Amino acid sequence: MPAHVGDPAAIRTVGLARWFGDHVAVAGLDLEVAPGELFALLGPNGAGKTTTIKMLCCLLRPSGGTASVLGHDISTDPLAVKQVIGVSPQETAVAPNLNAWENLALMAGLHGLDKQHARRRAGELLEVTGLASRASDKAKRYSGGMQRRLSIAMALVSDPQVVFLDEPTIGLDPQARRGMWEYIAGLKGDTTVVLTTHYLEEADALADRIAVVDGGQLVALGTPAELKARVGGTPVMMVEAPNVTEEALVALRRVYPTARLVPSGVEIEADDVSVYEIGDCLRPFGVEIRSTAVEQVSLDDVFLELTGRELRE
Amino acid sequence: MRSTELVKRNVKEMIRDPLSLGIAVALPLVLLLTLQALGGDAAPFLTPTMLTPGIVLFGFTMVMFSSAMILSRDRETSLLARLLTTPLRSSDFVSGYSLPYLLVTIVQAAVLLLVGAMLGLGSDGSLVLVVLILLLMAVFYVALGMIFGAVLSVAQTSGAYAVVLILTIFGGAWFDLEEIGGVFLTIGDVLPFKHALDATRAVLVDGAGPGDVATDLTWIGAYTVGAVALAVVLFRRRMRE
Repeated sequence: MPAHVGDPAAIRTVGLARWFGDHVAVAGLDLEVAPGELFALLGPNGAGKTTTIKMLCCLLRPSGGTASVLGHDISTDPLAVKQVIGVSPQETAVAPNLNAWENLALMAGLHGLDKQHARRRAGELLEVTGLASRASDKAKRYSGGMQRRLSIAMALVSDPQVVFLDEPTIGLDPQARRGMWEYIAGLKGDTTVVLTTHYLEEADALADRIAVVDGGQLVALGTPAELKARVGGTPVMMVEAPNVTEEALVALRRVYPTARLVPSGVEIEADDVSVYEIGDCLRPFGVEIRSTAVEQVSLDDVFLELTGRELRE
Repeated sequence: MRSTELVKRNVKEMIRDPLSLGIAVALPLVLLLTLQALGGDAAPFLTPTMLTPGIVLFGFTMVMFSSAMILSRDRETSLLARLLTTPLRSSDFVSGYSLPYLLVTIVQAAVLLLVGAMLGLGSDGSLVLVVLILLLMAVFYVALGMIFGAVLSVAQTSGAYAVVLILTIFGGAWFDLEEIGGVFLTIGDVLPFKHALDATRAVLVDGAGPGDVATDLTWIGAYTVGAVALAVVLFRRRMRE
């Protein structure tokens, strides 16, 4: 289907492909991202995530297929695409001799924002990113994490309708990462966000839908819950109990036949496991239950199931 | 004009690196003062009139280096990639990265010509023609900086600067290339540096007019147009790989 203005999708790719010589980086992607959706491209390094983003941002010309952003074709109307997007590249990409205010003003000015609007937006973003107190310092004096936060703010300062965040939280400490997640999640609904990540928990926590890509190809597409359901599998109840006897295990197996001994206690792979029932089975034998926890299917399991390998950082 | 934002940013980058900016203006001045002090009957080439054009070109090489460095650094840090996702046209990028440096070359040349005049630089010809030749060369050097910045790494840029500096000096910046002759003269004849120096000195010393230096002007013009065109082409290509 050719891309055209009036397309209900915020982003549409049809057979989008890019190759470099003999190497196929993206092998015919068909994607549709709805307006206001937070869409994650999840995959290992070299999966084709960044190449896809670069094509959608009009930095790379596709070798095949078409794509549109808010109905504007990336090949024939790149200037219109650039009017409506904000981009945070994988590298920090800030002007080192400018301070945070000036970096944000630069991006706002290049997108044609008036000074008053730009200043208000920059102020909001400096607060959100925790850079307000250092806003007058040159960016080269910032830590890596601060530069990363500034980089994301620079992508957002022009109030773009579509934002591309390429590995947005790489290099951030856990606290800063959670703060950034909160902000990115807050964009949902008003702004269409496409983020690439190889952090499974990031995709799980933020994305409305996830496209799992590997070797330049779409491996799976769906909500985090849908993807986990595809893998299926039964939840595993972990019971931490140091003194499980043979008799106690036999009693437990009468109720849960899958129960088995593990170094920390007992593991039961079953649906609808009752903690009370476990207690009723084990306590008569003097077993002390210290804790219980249910291990759910993770996106890591999904990736392993789909590609046959684990997603490593 | 959105390119104004880029001009402002690059001006700030220059001003906030006062050492490089200071050296770009002060070093040629020191060189002019030192070399002209050595001049006299034994060294007739080291008079302010003969020296100043060569020193101006020497100063331009330093500005070329700065313009190449900022572009190369912006490429390596991906800031350029970010800027390329904004709705700027290739002409905006070319003007945004060249105008601040052209401004520096103009200031640099003006200071050198002024100090040269104070030391005794005289002209039998049209100063407008001298300014035109130097302006063309300023555009050429800045465009050369953009070409290097668009294709070379920060480390490679230093090497390219050294080559251009040597070619500028061996164009006859502060000695008579005709006396050396040989391969140096052959190389000098096909590059714009010697033509720029010959033309400027012909105007200053002999009062030559545009017709007298038409061949030199053609060489300089062709190189300048070629360099600007190549810079634009490289930027266009960079915008959409």
